[in-house]
Parts: sequence; structure tokens; C-alpha cells
Amino acid sequence: MTTIQKQAQSPIAHLTPEDIEQIGVELDAIRQSVLDSRGADDAAYIRKVIKVQRSLELGSRAVLLASIFPPAWVVGTAGLSVAKILENMEIGHNILHGQWDWMRDPKIHSTTWEWDMATPARAWQHSHNELHHTYTNVIGKDNDLGYGIMRVDEDQRWHPFFLAQPLWNFINACFFEYGIAAYDLELGRHLRVPKDKRSPQFKAEVRAVLKKIRAQATKDYLVHPALSIPTGSFLPTLAANFTANVVRNLWSHSVIMCGHFPEGVETFEKASIDGETHGEWYVRQMLGSANISGSKAMHMMTGNLSFQIEHHLFPDLNSNRYAEIAPQVQALFEKYGLTYTTGSLPKQVYSAWHKVVRLSLPNGWLATTTKKNLPSQVALLYKMSKGGPKVRRAAQARLDQVARRQDLAA
Amino acid sequence: MTGSSATSLRSRLTRLAESATTPLVPADFLDLFAPLRAGADLRGRIEQITAETPDAATIVIRPGADWAGHKPGQYLRIGIDVNGVRQWRAYSLTHGPRADGRISITVKAVPDGMVSNHLVHEAVPGTLVHLEQAAGEFVLNSDHDKLLFVTAGSGITPVIGMLRNLFPSTDTGVLKLDRSKDLDIVVVHVAPSEPDSIFLRDLQALDASGAIRLVARYDDVHGVLKVDDLTDLVADLADRRTLACGPAGLLDALGAHHEAAGLELVTEQFRTARVEPGEGGSISFANGTTVELDGATSILDGAEEAGVLMPSGCRMGICMGCVLPMTQGSVRDLRNGQITTAVPGETGPGATGAVKIQTCISAAAGACDLDH
Ligand code: FES
Repeated sequence: MTTIQKQAQSPIAHLTPEDIEQIGVELDAIRQSVLDSRGADDAAYIRKVIKVQRSLELGSRAVLLASIFPPAWVVGTAGLSVAKILENMEIGHNILHGQWDWMRDPKIHSTTWEWDMATPARAWQHSHNELHHTYTNVIGKDNDLGYGIMRVDEDQRWHPFFLAQPLWNFINACFFEYGIAAYDLELGRHLRVPKDKRSPQFKAEVRAVLKKIRAQATKDYLVHPALSIPTGSFLPTLAANFTANVVRNLWSHSVIMCGHFPEGVETFEKASIDGETHGEWYVRQMLGSANISGSKAMHMMTGNLSFQIEHHLFPDLNSNRYAEIAPQVQALFEKYGLTYTTGSLPKQVYSAWHKVVRLSLPNGWLATTTKKNLPSQVALLYKMSKGGPKVRRAAQARLDQVARRQDLAA
Repeated sequence: MTGSSATSLRSRLTRLAESATTPLVPADFLDLFAPLRAGADLRGRIEQITAETPDAATIVIRPGADWAGHKPGQYLRIGIDVNGVRQWRAYSLTHGPRADGRISITVKAVPDGMVSNHLVHEAVPGTLVHLEQAAGEFVLNSDHDKLLFVTAGSGITPVIGMLRNLFPSTDTGVLKLDRSKDLDIVVVHVAPSEPDSIFLRDLQALDASGAIRLVARYDDVHGVLKVDDLTDLVADLADRRTLACGPAGLLDALGAHHEAAGLELVTEQFRTARVEPGEGGSISFANGTTVELDGATSILDGAEEAGVLMPSGCRMGICMGCVLPMTQGSVRDLRNGQITTAVPGETGPGATGAVKIQTCISAAAGACDLDH
């Protein structure tokens, strides 16, 4: 994949400016239809989800008080994992988007909600709602693409450093909530600044994150294990909470990877969004996201981010309505000859991981490697990793040539 | 155990409970099971709804444990979700304190009254509502109180509210509730000329049914009312307590008059009149700055242009980074024309009525106050 502006055959070349504006008008109408019909049922929905989540969390933690007994450990850990996932995805993420602000319930509001996450809600809202949702998939603007440490596009020059990116990505997945906290802080950028020159605002943000992490860790790794001491379950409860956090992290990382990373999702040049119209913004969201198909329960567990396309078009619409408008959105894609990227969870996760691996290697390396030429390809890769930029450039030229020939033959 | 060590143990336990529930608080979990418990936000549960007539109902509410009680004549602010959106309204309490600890309000469904129609026609027993403690300076001394209401212009609104609660006037006539059948009320209503308003018709109906005695005074017919005239209009003025609502001039004059005569006077503002949303308007900020804006400019752009430091983010309505509380006024959503109105005492808890709005996609639709 390369940015849409550099592709030989752009997927939106056939759209006239009028088409694009018309897409905007039609999408606005879909949005309005939801606004016009939302009411008591929607409010009852989110309150019910919150109630179920809190009951499940409470019940699971109660069971874990006796987690020394293996069945209790398994049941409690599973329940707590699900509760944590619901809390982050369907509840926290969506409330923090302001999807439920219209209810005017001060307890369920984007300006007051706090979630079970290392990163404080306000910090996340800035980097996620404001940056990622506004600059979706714009290379150099949307840091969600690879969190600034990964090679996410063929156009980014390859460096041996990226060979480790599948490993990075896996570690990031396990400790995703801390990755997000570091990312929200723009830790990498700030750490390059000498310590005494760092802005007071950055320091305050760091303090807020550390305070949040301390409170979170105290709860999961001290208070609840300590409450389990009477049954001798301190360590099992600690392990259960750790497991639930890792399960939640792996799950949310997978869902989020599926949103913008699978094959078929487009990226955009920085300059292309100067003076972008409302319609053009919509089209970028349409092509920059991918859905996950599956059951109702799966949608719920992804916080309806399985409707990533609908979510990116209408981030402030309450999530329980995405399923209902998805067919209308999909029909619109078809009408205008655009590709609605969707697939099952395993397929999309595989696709996203495949891309991570492919881009960790020089362009064309994976595509030109067969069982037969494996030894010579590995030797080439070794040379590229050890050699300087000059060696890399030469080897890359050869790879490109082989890949082109292969394309022509096909 | 001594008192102070008991409190310190208590606060330590509270802190422990908080560290087990963070980022939530223990109350978030307790609310699941016991929303009316002591220490919770004040709430109530609707236990019974009795239709008085086809368009009026008495609603019996079990208040939370922290309900502090009330005096007859006081009112109550109640927050209820209508179509999923929290609304606040004030209603006079129907009964004095009851032995069973429950409270009730009698509501007449008024035309276009979103909340009153909901309460009369749609609300069901079991619904949880949000409450504020009873309020109102103006309390009935007894069931056979003698009162005088003096209203001028739109000052009639709060008095109508109170009278409607005392004597719900329904499509089938004025309802005589037990608690108000012995009340003796005179209403002196002053206006420049006879208005054609539902409020006046209400007063006339109350007068015709004998619930009140109405003395209407129109400047163009009777000349401008002087407070000294009151003694002639209401013979037993000295026996009555007076409640007045109207422009400051009238209230001041009445205050001087009553003080000189040693009479009791209460003035009360129940709610401000609603203004029809228009195009553009002036935005006032908490520090006193005002900015004039047209109906096509977002408040965010306009205020920044005028040098006000505003929170912002995407500037296109998706990030909620620009949300500010509007305490009064109306704004129009630039995307679809939808109007959002903040009315003190109705659209939010407390007296503010604050509604949080996204300034980047909202334009002024009349004068607005922003708490920023
Ligand atoms: S600035 Fe993003 S919603 Fe207003």
C-alpha cells in the first residue's frame, strides 16, 4: 500500500467533486436520521450496559476472593477480563467520544467520565478524538499509524531497526494501556528534549499519568489481592488481575489494529488535506477504516469499533446505532464505486499482522521470496542489515526489479 | 472508641473502598442496588401515579433517605429523563409532610409542556427521578391561609405555576384538592392592556370556579396602579400575606408600602421567561466580556476573533474538545439547524440550567451566557 495520492490508479479517481459533495450530503442525512430517532431506548441501552458491566466486575472480583481454588480463578479471571473489555470499549471509549452527552446526565458525560486505563481520560481525548479522528490515516499527522515507532507504509524508508517491529508490536499489544499512555504523552518527542528544557505542561501531564497508573496498580495488584488474604489467595488474585489486564490489552490492540491496518485501508498525503472539504473529509474516513464482521456479542465486545467505518464517519453518534446504519453506509459505498473493507476478526487480525511483518522487511522481499530462493534472500537481507545506506539502496533496487518482473509475469 | 478515632477509622475505610473501585467511586456500585440510600445523591422513586382528570395526575414519590422534609407551599425541583434527556422542573408539593414519608406533586399537562405531558401521560411507577431539597420562601401557614398575589406583566408566570399546583385547572374544570379547598386567595393582576394569554384565561377560569378572586387592572382602562390603591381593591389587605412578582419598580414600591403598613411581603422569582431563538446574538462570558455574533459564525471562531481564549480541538464537531457550559440562552447547530436552549432551573440541576455545548459547531441564536 502507498498513499492514495501516489498510487497509479487512485480508488477515487472516478469521483467528480460533485460526487464527493453529494456523498457528504447523503452521509449527513444518515446521521440526521439517527439524531431524529434517538431517545429513551438508547438511554436505557447505555445504562443497562453500565449496570451489567459493574455487576460483572463486582461478581468476578468477589469470586476471586477465593481464587486459590482453580475453578474460582478461572471463572473470576474470565469474568473480570470481559468486564474490563466492556468498560474500556463499549462504555469508556464511546462515552469519552461524547456519544452520550445528549442525555445531559452529568454522570455519563465526556467531560466527567474516567476509565480503567493507564492514560487519563482527558489526555486520551486530545490525542484520540482530536488528532486521530481529525487526521485519520494522514501520514505524518495521524500518529495512530504505527504509534510513531513502526513502519506502516512502503513509502517509509526501510531500516534494519524495523526488523524487530513484529516483536515490538506484540509487546505493545500485551501492555497496550501503557503504550497508549506513553503515546498520549508524546513521550518519544519529549524525551529527546533535555530534561531541564521540558515544558511545565509536559511535566504536569507526566505527573497525572503516574498518579493514574499508581491508583490503577494499587487497586489491581495490592488492594484486591490483600482482600483475598483471608483465603490465602493473595498471589492467585494478583495473577488473575494481571491476566485480565493483559487479556484486555491484547483484545483492544487487536480490535484497533483491525480498524486501520488491514490490507485495503488507504493512507493519505499530508498536503492532500489542505483545504479539505466536508465531503472530502468523509471520503477519507470511508477509505481509511475497515470493519470486522461477526456476531452481536463480538460487536459489543469491540465497543462497536467493528463498525469502524461508521464510527469514523460519525464518531459522536451513539455506538448502539452503528449496526443499523451500516447497510445504508455500505450501499453508499457501492453506489459510488468505493470499497467497503470488511472481514471476519481472524481474517482482519491476520491481514494486519501480515502487513506488520511484510513492512518489517525491505519492500518486495516477502513477495519475491520462495522456498527455493530462501537462502539467497536471507543472505541478501543479512547484507542489507549489516551494510550501510549505499548497500541497502543497491539491494533495494534489485529487489524492486525482481518484484516488477514477477508482477509482469503474473 | 472516641469520636475522632471513629471518624479517622471511617475515613480510612472510605479511602480503602475508593482505592478498590478507582477510577469509579464506591457509590457507583452502591447505586446499582440502593439508589435511595443515605449518602447517595438525592433521588426518588415514583411509586404511584393517579389520574385526577384526563390531563392531570398526582405523582407520589418515595424520596431518598436524605430528604430533609418540607413545609406546605414549598416547591421541589425534579429531574426526569424525557426521551432520554434529563430535564429539570419545579413543582409545588401537593401535601404537607405525610406520615408515610412520601411526597407528591400534582401536575397538569400544559400544551407544549414536554415534562408535564411526560409526567401525566407516560411516566410509570418504578421510575427513578432526581430531586433537590424542597425550596421556596413562600410557605403556606395553614390550609386556610389568606393570601394576596400581586403580579405584573410576565410576573404572572410563577404565580400561575403556584396556582396550577394548588388548583389544577383541567379540561373538565378546576380541580379542588383537599389541601387547598379552604385557601382564600386574591390575585391582583396588572398589565398595560388586557392581554390575550392563556395565563389570563387560566386566572379567569379560576375566578369563575370560585377558587380565587381575580382583580385585573389594565393601565389603559383603569389608569396606572398605585400601590396605595390596593387598600381599596382588597378590603382585608391587612389580614393577608402578599406574594409579588413583577418588575423591580413595582416590587420596590410594594416593599415600601408594606413596610410602612407593617405587612408581610414575599417576592419570588420562579423562572425567567423563555425567549424565542433568533439569528445571532451577544455571547457573555463569566469574566464580563461580551461578543456580538451573527447567526452564521461559530461561537468558537467568533469568540477567538474577539480575543477570548477558548478551548478547542478538531473545530468540526467530533472531538468535544471545545465543550463549554451555557447557562442561559439558545444556540443553533450549524450542521443541521437544531436549537439547544438553556433555561435556568430547567435544563440542568441547581439554579444554573447549564447545558454543555460544542462551541465549534454552535452559533448564537439569541443572547447566551457561557460559563467560561
Ligand atoms: S473543537 Fe472538536 S468538537 Fe468542537
